[in-house]
Amino acid sequence: MLKTLMGGAALALAAALPLHAQVDIRKETQRWQQMIAEGSPAELFEIEGEALWKKKQGPKNVSLEGCDLGQGPGVVKAAYAQLPKYFADADRVMDLETRLLHCMTTLQSRSPQDATQRLYGNADRPSEMELLSVYIAGQSRGVPMAPGTRHVKEREAFELGQKLFFHRAGAWDFSCSSCHGEADKRIRMQYLPVMSQPEGVRKIVATWPSYLVRNAQVKTMQWRIWDCYRQMRWPEPVFGSEATVAITQYLTVTGQGEPYAGPGTKR
Amino acid sequence: MTKNFLLLAGTAVLVAGCAAPLPVGERPKIAASDLDQLVAVSKRDFKARGIAGMDRLELDAAMRACNLHNDNPPREVSQPLEEQILKSIPFPQGSLLGDWKRGQRLAQSGQGMTWSDKPNIANGGSCYNCHQLSPQEESFGTLGTSLRNFGKIRGTSEAIQRYTYGKIYNSKAYNLCSQMPRMGHSKTLNEQQIKDLTAYLLDPNSPVNK
Repeated sequence: MLKTLMGGAALALAAALPLHAQVDIRKETQRWQQMIAEGSPAELFEIEGEALWKKKQGPKNVSLEGCDLGQGPGVVKAAYAQLPKYFADADRVMDLETRLLHCMTTLQSRSPQDATQRLYGNADRPSEMELLSVYIAGQSRGVPMAPGTRHVKEREAFELGQKLFFHRAGAWDFSCSSCHGEADKRIRMQYLPVMSQPEGVRKIVATWPSYLVRNAQVKTMQWRIWDCYRQMRWPEPVFGSEATVAITQYLTVTGQGEPYAGPGTKR
Repeated sequence: MTKNFLLLAGTAVLVAGCAAPLPVGERPKIAASDLDQLVAVSKRDFKARGIAGMDRLELDAAMRACNLHNDNPPREVSQPLEEQILKSIPFPQGSLLGDWKRGQRLAQSGQGMTWSDKPNIANGGSCYNCHQLSPQEESFGTLGTSLRNFGKIRGTSEAIQRYTYGKIYNSKAYNLCSQMPRMGHSKTLNEQQIKDLTAYLLDPNSPVNK
């Protein structure tokens, strides 16, 4: 009886609501994300990235296979999950993209202009950086995210990133926290993760780089930060700069421990 | 006993050897020296592109105070600044109610002010990114408060018109660390556009109030 009554009440409620109100956006988005994650096109880009990793290039005509991503020269297995970290040879903290740039200009002796000519690609002109990143990251599947946190510069990078996350500036007075500081908030229909908290950021740092459906391309974490600052109406962040690496360090340390589950697929 | 003591001492050495845990999940306190560092770092690690110049990284008195006090400055800091900002708003003479239909288009549009926008394009107000307004628009953000029935609740008195216009022009005059962009002060929107948005919020014929 009670069940029937409740069923009736639910039906009446459903009838009273317009059709759109019955759709839970978050559930629908999750369902969609699950659907596309099962057959992520990122893997196709990984194959291209692997070919680029092994391609002889630059004045020295060498491949990147001798590049030390932190686990020894040429070791790609589990390397991404342990970035950012401090590199003594460069005396600074580097994320994957910054380290790749370093190897292109040192190991391969390529000019910075050559190495940075296509940091962000599109369907017509793919980016070497994006393809390489997705290949390297793919070699960390299942490995818990464990960025460096012991070296003093790794700790300074975290602290700088944390301060930058909350730093308001730009034409519209935005910080990262303006959109990613409060739970259950949206821009238009897009729910925003709280990136300053482990539960909000773990899944995020464990799925970049990612295949972006809207760009039909794989994109790096450097790109994600760059495009956030564009929408925040700031000037343009310099690729691989200390500020961008510090933010990645801050986010990755906050989300550490999550097994790497990317390269993912995003809207 | 001795064994236990040795074990304990050993643990102490190990702990001392580890670095203290990083303050994950916290909001850092910002001293004046931190703020100087953050401005210097942003000027070093960002570059001007298109319409987005380096002047955007300069902090005025309002943003300095908000950054220094985690967006919650004491009243004796915020009040004089709010009063000063309110005095700086160039309120136009006469009615502040423009055309609500034009205002609606502005509220819908989120374009403008990024480095990828061409100069002299028609900027939008980005209102729906954060606010609910008309019941017909279901795709609205929730970072800002709902503005549904804004005018129906408040009426269209001169004081309400001034508050609405002023809030859009420079939100910091009413709440120093408001998260809302200063649409007039930042030259995102011009006088006529802010009047049109004021009408969109206040006009009884606007869908916001239906």
